[in-house]
Amino acid sequence: MSLNPDPDTADRLLGAQAAAEVKGRSLWKDARQRFMRNRAAVAGLVALVLICIFAFFGGFLAQYEPDYVDFSLIGANAAQGVPSFETGHYFGTDSSGRDLYARTVQGTRISLLVGIVGAGVAVIVGTLYGAIAGYTGGRTDGAMMRTVDILMSVPYMFVLILMLVIFGRSILMLFIGIGLISWLDMSRIARGQTLTIKGKEFVEAAHATGVRPMTIILRHIVPNLLGLVIVYATLLVPQMIITESFISFLGLGIQEPNTSLGALISNGASNMQYGVIWQLAFPLFFFVVTLFAFFFVGDGLRDALDPKDR
Amino acid sequence: MLNYVLRRVAIAIPTILLLVVISFVLMYSAPGGPFNSERPLPAQVMANIEARYGLDQPYWKQMFDYVWNVVVHFDFGPSFQYRDRTVNDVIAQGFPVTLTYGFWSFVVALVVGVSLGVAAAVRHNSWLDYLAVGISIGAQVLPNFVMAPILVLVFTLWLGWLPGGGWQGGQVEYIILPVIALSTSYMASIARITRSSMLEVLNAGFIRTARAKGLPTSRIIWKHALKPTMLPVLSYLGPAFVGMITGSVIIDVFFSTGGIGQFFVNSAFNRDYSVIMGITILVGVLTVTFNLVVDLLYAWIDPKIRY
Repeated sequence: MSLNPDPDTADRLLGAQAAAEVKGRSLWKDARQRFMRNRAAVAGLVALVLICIFAFFGGFLAQYEPDYVDFSLIGANAAQGVPSFETGHYFGTDSSGRDLYARTVQGTRISLLVGIVGAGVAVIVGTLYGAIAGYTGGRTDGAMMRTVDILMSVPYMFVLILMLVIFGRSILMLFIGIGLISWLDMSRIARGQTLTIKGKEFVEAAHATGVRPMTIILRHIVPNLLGLVIVYATLLVPQMIITESFISFLGLGIQEPNTSLGALISNGASNMQYGVIWQLAFPLFFFVVTLFAFFFVGDGLRDALDPKDR
Repeated sequence: MLNYVLRRVAIAIPTILLLVVISFVLMYSAPGGPFNSERPLPAQVMANIEARYGLDQPYWKQMFDYVWNVVVHFDFGPSFQYRDRTVNDVIAQGFPVTLTYGFWSFVVALVVGVSLGVAAAVRHNSWLDYLAVGISIGAQVLPNFVMAPILVLVFTLWLGWLPGGGWQGGQVEYIILPVIALSTSYMASIARITRSSMLEVLNAGFIRTARAKGLPTSRIIWKHALKPTMLPVLSYLGPAFVGMITGSVIIDVFFSTGGIGQFFVNSAFNRDYSVIMGITILVGVLTVTFNLVVDLLYAWIDPKIRY
């Protein structure tokens, strides 16, 4: 820049500024642009969309039902049940002679559902709990957050398995069990953010005009928590998928004929010494890619939405 | 300080009691008793068995007896499936095994993770840094139940270097794979936390002063930078410990090491409630105690913390 910029440049700069002001950019549009500039996050998003398409529509391509047993292929060894396009078993068959492609589609779908339901419960319960505790403050806040502290120090995996054993192993029970623990972290995050929002002028204004506390929480606080909540929800989904797969790997989670990626990995792992490596490789591939995709998208969202890093 | 310690202990005790009570209520509300089988037992036999295990007592009496025995005598009662064994026997048999490889996993995760993180931060933006970041991102998606089969596939089936399971009294070659499988993802997290914390510390004013004084880099790192770097790592050790205890279930089942995890899962399949409860409570007590120790250490090391 020279010390005396010519008037033309100055005019042009002013004009550009005016144009930019007219256009205006919302917070969300800003965030979207930042997200789109992050290559890893966009790649993760693309992978995630592909996996969702695979999980929900991949079944149409399958030549077999996931629970159809081909008796001639039971105990598939390195020679039989190999992945091939001719037989229609794209991913080969599992040790019970079932089509692994159809099984993987089903497993991916159930794993995704568990992750999303877990994160959904966390978003609804955790956000409200945290916002109420943070906004109310005082003794209520103390009691509510101590409860969370206590629940967090319970070894939940063991309690979850205890629950599954006692109330029977079903998808519903798994959802309930995972939902019960998933909201704890979220409530802490929501509470912390609520404490900073609480002191802002618009909340004070709402309070001064006599808006009821619950309305303030729902209309003024929760929408401002949304960015942070979305980020942590995205990072929570892979945690939930790992939790479910952990339990299913032990054989205590999802029950036949349903399956999940953890159960498929477990089956593949117990048969890998027979040369049927594809039984481990395909579920493992989808598991790892799904987790990677969620982590990258979550990181990208954090960079785009988290006001701390701006 | 004393006030803080007392307050922390005051939270820890109800937590443990709550855990004991919750497990008892869960167990009690289970449909069907542990002795219901397909062939019903004669009424007199059933009554005798129930008397033997105290199941004929009223609800509150059973709960009180259980809590009393656990808290005062450290007695978790008899196993419902194995007549010749108590839950204490099961724990005495399995716990040393879990403790052995759990301890080594913890040491490996901490030492390797911190070294990797420090090296990455000191050589910021070098190949070492990229390697460390790559490992810590990659290991996020490799939880123990993914690591275990991969390790066995590579080191047992393909290379044939190490046994793929068993314990054999804890010989070294039987410990290596469980330790790697259990520690990898925590090692990666510790490396990531150490790296970012170290990078922050290295930018601080007191490090610049140390450099300006002309101190050698190694002295700056080990003497001045390491202690503040370790604070966030320390606060991660609690969750890491819990994760490793939980992960030991996978290790025990996959490698057949015979630790408490194996008994836990077997009991889950056999509906051996007393063993499941005993192990759950043991793990809960360990967790709460460990978190307490970490918190107290933290308050002791970091003078800035308010308590």
